[in-house]
Amino acid sequence: MVALRQLGKRVFKARWAYFFILPNLIFYAVFFLLPVAWSMVLSFLDYQWWGIEFVGFANYSKVFADPIFWKAVVNTAYYTLGVVPLWLGKALIISALIFPFRKPLQTFFKAAFYLPHVTSAVILSMIWLWIYNPPFGLLNYVLGFFGVDPVAWLGNTLTAMPSLILMQVVMGGGSSIVLISAAMNGIPTYLYEAAELDGARPFQVFMRVTLPLLKPTLLYLVVTGTINSFQVFTNIYLMTRGGPQFSTTTIVYMIYDTAFKQFQFGPASAMAMVLFVLTAIFALVQFRWLGQEVEY
Amino acid sequence: MLVDDKKTRTGHYISFVLLLGAAALALLPLYWMVVTALQQPTLTVTFPPEWFPSNPTFLNFSRFLERPHVFRWTTNSLLISLAVTGVQVFTCAMAGYAFAKKQFPGGNFIFYLYIASMMIPGQVTLVPLFLIMSRLNFLDSYWGLILPGIAGPFGVFLMKQFLATLPTELIEAAIIDGCGEWQTFVRVILPLAKPGLAVLGIFTFMGQWNEFLWPLIVTNSSSMRTLPVGLALLQEELPMQYGLLMAGATFAAIPMIVIFLMFQKYFLKGITVGALKG
Repeated sequence: MVALRQLGKRVFKARWAYFFILPNLIFYAVFFLLPVAWSMVLSFLDYQWWGIEFVGFANYSKVFADPIFWKAVVNTAYYTLGVVPLWLGKALIISALIFPFRKPLQTFFKAAFYLPHVTSAVILSMIWLWIYNPPFGLLNYVLGFFGVDPVAWLGNTLTAMPSLILMQVVMGGGSSIVLISAAMNGIPTYLYEAAELDGARPFQVFMRVTLPLLKPTLLYLVVTGTINSFQVFTNIYLMTRGGPQFSTTTIVYMIYDTAFKQFQFGPASAMAMVLFVLTAIFALVQFRWLGQEVEY
Repeated sequence: MLVDDKKTRTGHYISFVLLLGAAALALLPLYWMVVTALQQPTLTVTFPPEWFPSNPTFLNFSRFLERPHVFRWTTNSLLISLAVTGVQVFTCAMAGYAFAKKQFPGGNFIFYLYIASMMIPGQVTLVPLFLIMSRLNFLDSYWGLILPGIAGPFGVFLMKQFLATLPTELIEAAIIDGCGEWQTFVRVILPLAKPGLAVLGIFTFMGQWNEFLWPLIVTNSSSMRTLPVGLALLQEELPMQYGLLMAGATFAAIPMIVIFLMFQKYFLKGITVGALKG
């Protein structure tokens, strides 16, 4: 009782703090927390316009029995495993190349690599549809000089997914470059000087000094990059619609299709929960890894 | 590092050329978009493609702007982006201030809830949000487009990071000078938080201007579409009219590119501050 009254006093004393968080918290609760909770509930319901029925794990067993869903999981993994290492490797190499230059030049290159990020995925997809166009596109035209016959890049099961990955790798990496550069600038110079005095070659310095100290940033980028790749949708919607023959159907594309083309809200919510769990696993791994901060 | 001997200097030239090449490759698609948009409407599907338009024209742009609802899509996008940005920046600044500078029961718990939910994929909320909006009769309306955009946890985190760097003595001094809590926030905190507000404002605006999946789901009449959704529908309707499509893409891309070039330093700052570590 006394404890309760004391808590009441503390809450009253902090009333302004609650006042300050309240507007945001209300929006956040109604349009984010509530939907997340409802999505969990929905995954156990048969939700039709004529009635709602509790069906237990029926939605999950239906989803797991669907070979196309497994294909979507594999495709999402394929896309992620393609995009994240290439994109991070590109960002790392470019950051290392930028690093020795003066600040204004560094900023110029960072801005140039970041520029594609400010345009929407819709615009980038439209451009790449044009570049990949089989008879008239830029890619086949350029490859034609090397004697390569025109390829329907997005039109066959073998090249559709690699084409989506290539597009992401060529345009992406801008924000990773900014983050890696910031981390590189944070490494104390005496470490480099010490390594040079010990006779280390530039490549050795990079492998033995720079790379280990960048570990937290790189792990952060691997995890956020992975989570973002799990959620790929716009490129798929505009460029392939999940085809040909489901070769580019990803989890989120399938959630969209199931919920808003076939209006099966229950199974779509079950798929969303699978995506949630997969993402949560990666997020937890991040917290475990990044728990051990590197010390200089 | 100093450029002191011949070997390092050669290394510098090589990396400079490599960087220029990689940057050119990353920017080439955007360049190609503009070049295609500036071609004569008939030229775009002729072979071989031209690297520089020999006869540039704005004909594709005027054809794009004459299409039904293009003006409406643009005003929709602008209106929604501005509304979401305004509300986000203000409510996130308030909440971020409380989390950064005030101790209160439950405060840490709520803040960790925000952080943890940044890991939840937004797509999880799609179906329930759609059902909520349908129940509230907000489908195909501005409310349906705006409300879910206001709820992101990222802004609160960003503002807390920014405001935590302000010295607490300033707040104490304001209170001693007789400022109330609200006055302290409006007169002392907000002016000092301007760079942070700018970063959040720019990123929120960019996110909304480019948002695709939610507007695609929540709208269904042509006049309620936003610019990205309208462009995607145009792509579906006229898949071979590349001149027209690239003119539309250029039209939608230009505002963000201009904002980026004007406020570059806020973008670069926002990326580093917004990164969540450990």
